[in-house]
Amino acid sequence: MQRRHVVQYGAAGVGAVALMLGVGWWRVDGPGAPKPAGQRPLPLSAMDFRLTDHEGNKVGPETLIGRPTMVFFGFTYCPEVCPTTLSDISGWLEDLGDDAARMNVVFITVDPERDTAEAMAEYVGYFHPAIRGWTGPEDQISRAVEAFRASYERVPTEGGDYTMNHTASVFLFDAKGELVTMIDYHEPREFAVPKIRRALTEDVEGAT
Amino acid sequence: MTKLTYINGLPLVLLLSGMSTPAFAGSEDVVVENAWSRASIGVNRPGAAYMTVRNTGEDTITLTGLTTPLAVMPQIHETKTNADGVSSMAPADEITIEPGQSVALEPGGLHAMLMKLQNPMIEGETFPLTLTFSDGGEVTVEVPILGIAARGPES
Ligand SMILES: [Cu+2]
Repeated sequence: MQRRHVVQYGAAGVGAVALMLGVGWWRVDGPGAPKPAGQRPLPLSAMDFRLTDHEGNKVGPETLIGRPTMVFFGFTYCPEVCPTTLSDISGWLEDLGDDAARMNVVFITVDPERDTAEAMAEYVGYFHPAIRGWTGPEDQISRAVEAFRASYERVPTEGGDYTMNHTASVFLFDAKGELVTMIDYHEPREFAVPKIRRALTEDVEGAT
Repeated sequence: MTKLTYINGLPLVLLLSGMSTPAFAGSEDVVVENAWSRASIGVNRPGAAYMTVRNTGEDTITLTGLTTPLAVMPQIHETKTNADGVSSMAPADEITIEPGQSVALEPGGLHAMLMKLQNPMIEGETFPLTLTFSDGGEVTVEVPILGIAARGPES
């Protein structure tokens, strides 16, 4: 079994995992332990990146301001975390009913090499219709990820394929573009929907 | 060496197999329940399957691997999310199941990762997945393919 792991993932993969563990230690317990505020995403108004949505429209952070927003990073070749999160999000949106139409819901790929606008269009088509898929040049994706204080990393697998490690939290912003809260990957649904309602409520309060 | 039997279309399937060289007894007491998977888009993206593996016997069993005609490289994987919220996936270690215990392969944790698909996974179809155990025994389950947005065995 041990030997198989090494063969399947290759030295590069093992190296990447070791590096990741190192980075994880550095950030969690080591000298890079977070100053809580430093890890918070910027307000959407302070972000700057240019992407394309799955229908070919030019989009950026300013596209999102004016409505409450939910953002999630992933990639369409992701067999586990991304379909699970997108189906969770779809379920939350169903629970919200008509209120879902008052939100922006954006899935940003961290794998623009494979996730073209067409690939994103096909993929998001299987989930709640409110979900938009954004892609674009690698440097712009990287700027977006940085602004959200998220991270991603390409990890090679056997046979020249690769997978992506990435931040799996869902980010919630109010209509002014201020971060309201985040929904962690393993967070139960009972907590998620009230959080989204909070983002929607702050929208109402901000508007009146 | 080992006899494979399938029962088609049953979400709740347990299959026992003959064993040629039982170093440890046990895999004949394995019950696989609630198997499901999500449909794929084509064959370039890997698939994933989920189930509960229950040890109804008196001996500890060890799940060592997977085979399926659907994928060239099926593997038991584990998804982990670190303190920064970053998720990653890696091959799981051997999975030991004590008598009377079960192990859940479910979204966000252990999963049967189906790499290099031979055929697209089409909603409404099923595929056979064989679990191999350290005693040389095998258990084959017929896994239903649900929609891409499915959340569990019943959706
Ligand atoms: Cu996997």
